[in-house]
Amino acid sequence: MTVEALRIISPGPLSTIQDLGRPGYQRFGVSVSGAADRYALRLGNLLVGNDQRGAAIEVTIGGAEFEFTSGAIFAITGADLTPTLNGTPVALWETLSADVGDRLSLMSPARPDSGLRAYVNVSGGFDTPVVLGSRSTHIGARLGGIDGRAPEIDDVIPIGPVTNPVFPGRRVPLELLPQYGGDILVRVIPGPQDDLFDSDATATFYNSTYTVSDKSDRMGCRLEGAEVPAIDGAHDIVSDGVLSGAIQIPGNALPIILLADRQTTGGYPKIGVIASVDLALVAQASPGATVRFERISAEDASALARGRMETLRNISFDEPTSGTVHSEELPREYDIRVDGSEYHVEIITGMDEGQTSAIVNGIKYLVHIHPGE
Amino acid sequence: MTASTLLEPRILVCGEDALVVEFGNGIDPVTNDHVYALAAAVEVSKNTAIIELIPTYRSLLVQYDLELSSVADMTAFLNDLIASYMLSTDDHDNTPRQIYELPVAYGGENGEDLDDVADHAGITTDEVIAIHSGTDYRVYMLGFAPGFPYLGGMDERIATPRIASPRVRVPAGSVGIAEKQTGVYPMASPGGWRLIGNTPVSLFDPNAHPPVPFLPGSFIRFVPVSSADTKRIANQVAEGTYRVHMMEQAE
Repeated sequence: MTVEALRIISPGPLSTIQDLGRPGYQRFGVSVSGAADRYALRLGNLLVGNDQRGAAIEVTIGGAEFEFTSGAIFAITGADLTPTLNGTPVALWETLSADVGDRLSLMSPARPDSGLRAYVNVSGGFDTPVVLGSRSTHIGARLGGIDGRAPEIDDVIPIGPVTNPVFPGRRVPLELLPQYGGDILVRVIPGPQDDLFDSDATATFYNSTYTVSDKSDRMGCRLEGAEVPAIDGAHDIVSDGVLSGAIQIPGNALPIILLADRQTTGGYPKIGVIASVDLALVAQASPGATVRFERISAEDASALARGRMETLRNISFDEPTSGTVHSEELPREYDIRVDGSEYHVEIITGMDEGQTSAIVNGIKYLVHIHPGE
Repeated sequence: MTASTLLEPRILVCGEDALVVEFGNGIDPVTNDHVYALAAAVEVSKNTAIIELIPTYRSLLVQYDLELSSVADMTAFLNDLIASYMLSTDDHDNTPRQIYELPVAYGGENGEDLDDVADHAGITTDEVIAIHSGTDYRVYMLGFAPGFPYLGGMDERIATPRIASPRVRVPAGSVGIAEKQTGVYPMASPGGWRLIGNTPVSLFDPNAHPPVPFLPGSFIRFVPVSSADTKRIANQVAEGTYRVHMMEQAE
C-alpha cells in the first residue's frame, strides 16, 4: 500500500511547511508567518491544481532531499536551487510528475543571484494539522508545521486528497516569472513614521545602495550601508503594530525589512513599507545582494497588488494534451481543458475491474485506471 | 496623564493595505482606552473589508483587503467612526473595568526569586505578595510572543533589576518582575526576570477561541493561592474545565 506522502531524507539548513500564514491573530501576539515569497507559493499551488493558499515546503538555500512514498504531481517554484529528480535536472515553474520512490533534491543555488527560497508544491497540498487557520510553521512560537517545528530526517509529511487533478507539463507563462536578482530596486510607501526622519536622512535612504546582511532570516532582511538617523536619535518609539515589508530603522540607523516571521508589534520607527509586489524580491535576496529604494504612493502600490491578484485568478497555463493523473480518490466530476477545449468529465465506477468509465461531454468512454503509479 | 493623548488622532498610511490610527505617543491609560474604544467600534461596524486589527499602547493598526477597500475609503470610514464613537473622557469613566483573576502560587519552587525581591525592597515576602496581588494591572497590549501581556501599574516599591545571568529555561506561567514591570511567561523560554510565582492558567492555547484567557484592554488581578490549589487548578486546565474568573467593576 502506498502512503501519499513525502519522506524527508535531508531537510537542509532550514525547510519549513508554509502556506499563506495565519492572519487575524496578531492582536493576541501571534505572528502571521507563512511563505516568505508568497507569489512563488501561489504560483506553485496553481501549477499543481491547488487553491493558492495550499501548504508547501519552503526550502532555504538548499541541502534538501525528499523521497516520494507515492506517485505525485508536483512543482518547484521560487529560487533556483538546482532541483533534480533521481539526479536528473528538472524545470522550475512547471508541473512535474514523480513516481513512488523518486528522490527530489534541491542542493544549492544555481547562481549567487538565483534566490534563497524554493517551494515544493504537491497536488493535494501537504496535509499537516491546521493551527489557528494555517499550517504555517513559526518555530519561535512552536506553531504549525510538525508539532511546531521544522521537518527532520525521516519525517513523513502527508499529502492531502487531490481535488483538482492536473497533468504534468503545465508551465507558468514567461511574462509572469519573477525576476530575482543580485541588485534589486524595490518600491516603498513612505510612513507611518517617516516624519521622524529629516530631509537629509530621507535622501540618504532613497539615494543609497544597501547590501543584504548575512544576519537576515525569516523575521527580517537586515541591510548594511549608509546610516539613516532619526531626528534627535528617536529610534525608540512606543510599540506600534507592524506588517510584512515594514522598514524599521533601529538604533544603529540601518534598515531592517520585516518578513513573514516578524513579531506583531515593534518599538522602532518605520520609514516606509515595501509594496507587496516587490516583497518577493527582498525575500529572495541573498546575503551580499544590493537593494535600492524608490518611492511609490499607497494608491499606486494597491493598484499593482490588485492587478497581480487578478492575474493569478485568471491565469491560464498551456495545458498538455495527455498525461497521468495521480489520485487515490478521484472526484466524480470535473472540468478539464485540453488543447484549448473545455471538457466536462464524469467518472462512473463499475462493480468489476474494467467497468470504470468516463462520460466526457456526454459521450461514454471505458477508461483504464493505472494502479498506484 | 492626558498630555500625550491627541484629541484629534492622526491617521497614518502603513503600506498599501493598512492605516494606523495614532492617539498619542505615550504609555497612559487614557490613550490606551481610546485605542480599545475604537477597536470595539471597528468590530461592531462589521466592515467586511477589515482583515486585521493590532491594538497597541497608543495606536490601532487596521489592515484591510485592498480588493474591497482603498486608502481613501478606509480613511473616511475610520474618520466617521472616530467622530461618532470616540467617547469623551466623562463617558469613558462610566465604562466598567473587566478584571480577570489569575491564581498565582507565590514563592518556593514556584517563584525562586521572591526572597531576592523582598531583600531588595527591604520588606518581607508576605509584603511583596500583598503589594503584587493588591493592584489591578492594565493589559495595555499583547505582543512579543503569543499571549504575552504588556502590563502596567506595578507598585514601584517592589521594582527589582533582572537577574545577572538569564535562566536558560523559565517555565510557562512564571510570574516575574523586571525593573518596574511585571509579567507572565506564556510559554517556557529563556529569561532574566525575577521569578516570584507561577500561574497554572494557560496564557495561550491555540485550540481555544480566542486563544488567550483575557483580552487586551482589560485588567488582571493576581490572586495568591496555595500550592495544593495550584495543582487542582492545573488539573482543571489540563481537562479543559477551568475558566478564568472575570468580574466587572465600575471605575
